[in-house]
Amino acid sequence: MSSSPSAGHSRRHFLTYLLATPTLAVAAALVDPPPVARAAVPTPPAPADVLDLGDVLILAAAPTANMITVAVGEDGRVGLALPREEVGQGITTAVAMLIADELDVPLDRVDVTLADARPELVFNQLTGGSNTIRSVYTPVRTAAAVARARLVAAAAARWGVPAGQVTVSGGVVIGPGGRTAGFGELSTAAASPSLKVGTATPKPASQQRLVGTPTSRRDARAMVTGRQAYTLDLDVAPGALPTMVRRPPTISGAVRSVDNEAAVRAMPGVVDLAVVETGVAVLAETFGQALDAKNALQVTWGPGTVDGEDDDSIREKLHAAALPFAAPGLLTQHVDAEFDFAFVSHAPMETNSAIADVRDGKAEIWAGLKSPIVAQETIAKDLGLPVSAVAVHVVQGGGSFGRRLFFDAALEAARISKKAGKPVKLMWSRIDDMRHGRARAASHHRIRATHAAGQVLTFEHRVASVETDFRHGLGEILTAMSASLPVGGNLSFAQTVFLTTVKSPYDFGITTQTLTEVPLQMHTGSWRSVYSANTRGAEEIVVDELAAAQRKDPYRFRREFLEDDRSRAVLDKVATEGQWGRPMPAGHAQGIAFHAEYQSCTACLVEIDATNPDRPRVTKATIAADVGRPVNPRGLESQLLGGLTDAIGTTLRAGLHIRDGLPLEGSYSQFHYTRQAESPRDVRVFVMPANGEPGGAGELGVPAAVGAIANAWARATGRKPRSFPLTFPVDFDPFPR
Amino acid sequence: MPTYSFTLNGQSVTVDAPADLPLLWTLRDKLGVKGPKYGCGIDVCKACTSHLDGQAVNPCVVPTSEADGREVTTIEGLADGDRLHPVQEAWLEQDVAQCGYCQPGQIMAAVALLKRTKHPTDADIDAIENVCRCGSYFRIREAIKAAAAAM
Repeated sequence: MSSSPSAGHSRRHFLTYLLATPTLAVAAALVDPPPVARAAVPTPPAPADVLDLGDVLILAAAPTANMITVAVGEDGRVGLALPREEVGQGITTAVAMLIADELDVPLDRVDVTLADARPELVFNQLTGGSNTIRSVYTPVRTAAAVARARLVAAAAARWGVPAGQVTVSGGVVIGPGGRTAGFGELSTAAASPSLKVGTATPKPASQQRLVGTPTSRRDARAMVTGRQAYTLDLDVAPGALPTMVRRPPTISGAVRSVDNEAAVRAMPGVVDLAVVETGVAVLAETFGQALDAKNALQVTWGPGTVDGEDDDSIREKLHAAALPFAAPGLLTQHVDAEFDFAFVSHAPMETNSAIADVRDGKAEIWAGLKSPIVAQETIAKDLGLPVSAVAVHVVQGGGSFGRRLFFDAALEAARISKKAGKPVKLMWSRIDDMRHGRARAASHHRIRATHAAGQVLTFEHRVASVETDFRHGLGEILTAMSASLPVGGNLSFAQTVFLTTVKSPYDFGITTQTLTEVPLQMHTGSWRSVYSANTRGAEEIVVDELAAAQRKDPYRFRREFLEDDRSRAVLDKVATEGQWGRPMPAGHAQGIAFHAEYQSCTACLVEIDATNPDRPRVTKATIAADVGRPVNPRGLESQLLGGLTDAIGTTLRAGLHIRDGLPLEGSYSQFHYTRQAESPRDVRVFVMPANGEPGGAGELGVPAAVGAIANAWARATGRKPRSFPLTFPVDFDPFPR
Repeated sequence: MPTYSFTLNGQSVTVDAPADLPLLWTLRDKLGVKGPKYGCGIDVCKACTSHLDGQAVNPCVVPTSEADGREVTTIEGLADGDRLHPVQEAWLEQDVAQCGYCQPGQIMAAVALLKRTKHPTDADIDAIENVCRCGSYFRIREAIKAAAAAM
């Protein structure tokens, strides 16, 4: 990215600025001495203990944090254009709560919209790493505090009283003698540059009223009435034609020739065809006709990038790539385990989609985008246009789970629109979204833990993964932040992401976790919790096996080795509330696991009915989470519920088979994501009381739930969970390629 | 192109459409009714769930010709003006929606279930196959039970 802060002239200023921000204090405070040594062999801090990926994103966003502004209109409404993407995580509600609390204005007078791509924000418009609330918590409250101070100052000047005698309550500015003024009538005076305003700092947590209060989603009514507009519901580009693309029979195959163009052009409703890098686009009057026409196309394709690959060949490469252990496997007591995880589609309900209008030397794009600046720059370059000629509008998305970090549909729609000379509404079919859309990379895990005299002496985890694509701006951020990163040497972006997101929460002596990537050119991308669902999920299985090797109870074993009291508190909470150890009938069992990331921690206790071992059902789940400061506990519970459901699907049944260079699965009838019949009828979520600044929460729920479900399955079936999803037959006839 | 007339959310509409065009696209692309969502096109994800003569159907696999002369209700036709249907109210009460994309279909499926039985069992609720990729199933279950109690 050309606008990144260079390592040259701006560094001094840049670092000075960072030193002045509270974020660096947060990072610095983390380098405290490790907890007082207990009986367990302490594990030195891992890179992610010093500075996690979220901290890196906060640091990267800090220089432009003051460019996030709160506006007060003459109508008395308060607005903020949030440079993040809402995909269901509830950030627009949580951010509105922050503003309302700080400004003492009713929540329903606050409007939070999604900002268009703003290249001047540089690294401050990326939604990922569970980072939205962590990164905007201070800037948004500060901006609101400034707005409040200006309103107070304007009222004080109007009434000729000291600002100290003016307060704000219920969205009204109140002065001595009961005088009142509305935000709207003060807005012009409050914006005056000549207004004298004292310092404005956000309220202390003790004065927050809305933050921490369970609050329902602000967009819920639009959603239950069908009024919530996703990209393809918008009528923004008049004449934009429904468009679908015929895609290759193998990943990244290219069009050689279209063999029946005239016949397809003559089909009902078909308006135009356009060949682009990714396939053959059909523009039609309706999506139904575009779909029929794209299916009727006869295309000769060139080879793809992984034509010879299938599950076996990929697994072989992964097994060969995993690094050897340092600790010897002989002569010491040890637990060894190897795990395989299949590819997993993000499969958001709204498939990849975008609207593009590329005509007359300019472009306008609408899509659900978590990295709109990178999208804008990439699309501009691809179209041969200056960035300033490409407007990118961020639309609320129908799910993401990492998928919308990429802008595949936006780029493709722009290319089609340019080629056809018409505005287009591009929709990927579900089959294409699952087969040619991005997925979590398959991985292989090798873990060895040595133990003696009731202690764990070493814990080694060697991860080999198909390459994960991070070309959505994260690489540029890591490059710019390289001086601050807690990792050295010649690590790849992926290894840096791995080491700043994955850490062991236990005092297991010498602990090493490493990642090796197998470079296969497939469509991959971070999937909710990046590496942690697989990496930490596998570790939690080994923790149970270590406990068994030492003849200890899995809950008490974790309790003994967890590094701090916060961690033990969430574990204790689920053990108590979930009645750990209660008798279970044959074929049923409990499982427990723990996970910490991004300054938050969680424990999960599930009960499973595996009387039919091939179709087990999680019957009950108890979850506790400590996220430092929950802004909206109700939204947090939703995120944890979603993480649990993701874990049920990916642990038990949902994955992608690769055959002859393409995923076989093409719909939810084949990719078995959790449905209601596989979802527990009893779920209890406990949000721990606030005790600090907000940690990350959006991805937190997945890894602990993966571990708990696998451990419950192991206890119920007496089998070792090693290959995920656990039940994974090709139980369908694949769609034609 | 043939012409079809039906009642859509209480209003008569007439539309020119190929007989076999899935009703979903007639609703979305020709009539501008965007509540029913595309998620699979093959009656698997159920995101487009709507009602035909009061029964739950998936317009992604219903030919437009089948709607002729009948009554089509989408999520937009569920509320009575500003007064929400009790199922919609329950959805708000339980704060079910995350991304919201599947929720029109989930709600229409729940309304159809409550039409069939006033006191749905857990097994009845399990039989709803609509995919919620955000994983809000437990809240959906609670909302259906709350709506059943309220009705």
